[in-house]
Amino acid sequence: MKKNFIRKIASAVLAAAVLLPLAACGPGGEASSSSSSAAPTSSSAQSSQASGGEFVFGMQTQPDHLDPFLAATADTRSILFNIFEGLVKPDKDGNLIPAVAQSYEMSKDATSYTFHIRKGIQFQNGNPVTADDVKYSLDTAAGLSGGKVLVADLAKMKSVEIKDASTVVVHLKQADYEFLPYLTSAIVPKGYTEQDTHPIGTGPFEFESYSPQQSLVLKKNPDYWQKDLPKLDKVTFKLESDSNALLMDLQGGSVDGASIANNVASQIGSGFQLIQANSNSVQMLGLNNSRKPFDDVKVRRAVSCALNPDEIISTVNFGKAVRAGTPVIPGLKKYFDDSLTHAYDQNTQKAKQLLSEAGYPNGFSMAITVPSNYTVHVDTAQVMVSELKKAGVTATIKQVDFATWLSGVYTQRNYEATVISVDGTTLSPRSYLGRYLSDASNNFVNYKSPEFDSVYKQAENEPDEDKRVELYKQAQEILSKDAASVYIQDIANLNVLRDEFSGFTPYPLYVFDASTIYRAK
Amino acid sequence: MNNDRRFSLRVGAVLIFLVCSAALISLFYTPCDPYAIDAAQRFLPPSLHHWFGTDNFGRDNFSRAVTGARYSLFVASVTVALSCFFGVVLGLLSGFAGGIADEIILRLTDALSSFPAVLTALVAVTVFSGGKFAIIPALAIAFLPSFIRLTRSGAMRLKNLDYIQAAYVSGASTARIMFRHLLPNLLPTLIPAVVVGLSNAILAESGMSYLGLGIQPPTPSWGRMLFEGQTYLFHAPWETLSAGLMMVLTVLGFHALGESLEK
Repeated sequence: MKKNFIRKIASAVLAAAVLLPLAACGPGGEASSSSSSAAPTSSSAQSSQASGGEFVFGMQTQPDHLDPFLAATADTRSILFNIFEGLVKPDKDGNLIPAVAQSYEMSKDATSYTFHIRKGIQFQNGNPVTADDVKYSLDTAAGLSGGKVLVADLAKMKSVEIKDASTVVVHLKQADYEFLPYLTSAIVPKGYTEQDTHPIGTGPFEFESYSPQQSLVLKKNPDYWQKDLPKLDKVTFKLESDSNALLMDLQGGSVDGASIANNVASQIGSGFQLIQANSNSVQMLGLNNSRKPFDDVKVRRAVSCALNPDEIISTVNFGKAVRAGTPVIPGLKKYFDDSLTHAYDQNTQKAKQLLSEAGYPNGFSMAITVPSNYTVHVDTAQVMVSELKKAGVTATIKQVDFATWLSGVYTQRNYEATVISVDGTTLSPRSYLGRYLSDASNNFVNYKSPEFDSVYKQAENEPDEDKRVELYKQAQEILSKDAASVYIQDIANLNVLRDEFSGFTPYPLYVFDASTIYRAK
Repeated sequence: MNNDRRFSLRVGAVLIFLVCSAALISLFYTPCDPYAIDAAQRFLPPSLHHWFGTDNFGRDNFSRAVTGARYSLFVASVTVALSCFFGVVLGLLSGFAGGIADEIILRLTDALSSFPAVLTALVAVTVFSGGKFAIIPALAIAFLPSFIRLTRSGAMRLKNLDYIQAAYVSGASTARIMFRHLLPNLLPTLIPAVVVGLSNAILAESGMSYLGLGIQPPTPSWGRMLFEGQTYLFHAPWETLSAGLMMVLTVLGFHALGESLEK
């Protein structure tokens, strides 16, 4: 009996002994920061590097749909960016470059756009892209062929006219000088119905296989229209459940690169280059505007006053983030209204006062639903709980897996508050502000304001750019005044790449472009 | 009682006493506020002020570990109490009454134990969604089958003995025989099972909290501390080690205790 007991102690000690040396020989926190200044190498400068090879990119997500018209999450769109292209596509400077179209013209009154399809471009299944395919794709996305509107941004389209075999004209219901960004919507083969299980587009990589919760594999599209791209033969997206698993993958060598959170970045050690860029999404505390007590603007303002984004940035993100204050990303400089960043500074007294005015002198209880795979959001929520407590609000955290979050919070809007980062699908202020329209299908905070709706609609129809910018800023001011939700930060996106790889291209959008990456050694 | 068992008993008692008193004291006093966030104080190594150092939020690991002991012990004891109570009642019914009741209870137990315990608990947590302690009924269900089996086999072994027959003849009711005559004689097998059950419940709770399904942050729990500290294992292992140490001591204590109580 005693032997048995001693054996147990011995095994416990042994287990501890295994852990300790690991801790001792780990790299110090500072070691990794030396490489953080490594600038991304411009891809066009290198032409002599070896092509081919395999690259494994770690992601902390699960795709929701592979069909480009159904995919709702930012991470999924980031993966699909490598498979699909629109008539135009964004480049690394935020401009739109012709993709499936070779060239385009806008009519003078901005009610129609003409596109000339690129000569020789073909889908990954070998079929050439025809005017029929383009019409089919846009009609499907915009719901013009009888179905639902799948891409809300395209609802302004009136019709798509086939002029000849390689020319397509897009007619709009009303003039729109800023419609081009929405035509990054994917072009897909006409009549192909298997997109959700085997996506086919015109992008640099074609789909090979997908194992849910494990990996999604893409291979080189040999007929890609940009002749020197992609450089890799194969890209595997390794799908992980949380940031710890991703860190283990990086250290263990099973992934070659990843987009990681700041707390993980401080731990990865040498052998990696760190590329810092804006994540181009705004992390927010989404408040369900149609749920008590958040239907009262005073309560929403009180919550805004109770929180301190600066503390969240320094605690959770080690200072690597830009404070927001509005749903528009700070990177969209022309439209971002920086006067709103400090519209609500932390003021516990004022928060309490607002709460008693709203009829909650003793505060209230709220549940913050957070997707558990995003450690950064869970950590943010922890800081929020402690800040809200000071204002008398008892907040609790409820972790759910991402699929549950998508259906319960985002789609069914059955929640009180949530922490999430929201990105834009295009480089236009509309993709950040449009979801606050009273009838928008993606208005998951249930914000309703006729004033906002009318300013937004006015901005859409305004031909003069300066006036348009002014109107978009006005719309942000209304959101801020109504405290539609609490806009915390644009978290710096840290991309790590094993030293032997190069060519990472940061975008002003939330996308990962695998086509320019190559093995340098 | 021989020397080996006395040794196990002492070790177990001392360890459990230490952990329990730490948990009790944490109700009134902790060296620091276990919830106080301060980025300037993060990743401090162990010192006189912060015995186990601080975590990535600058919270005191020692205070969090002892506060976590409170929740872990609470969840474990309520879980085991629930599953033991229902397990014993169903087990006695099944073992003593036999017949159709036995069949039904046994099949249900089989069905329940055909799923891995953790999976059962995961499903139950989702069903009882919400609430800080949704994990308690979830784990209680997962632990139920072992108590039913144990009680049933004991009851079947004892029910044909003479003293039970004698009780029958003297007109005692079934309930009286079950709880007055059978149960006390089952205690020697039940008590070690309860003690070992406590250590299993603590491990299960930590496992669930590690996965994000148990006690929700910022309430401290050992499993969550392991998860949060894991990222910084190489840089600041204090958080993981403090939670790990508490778990090792508690589980070891319960095991030693359980072993000394076994026949």
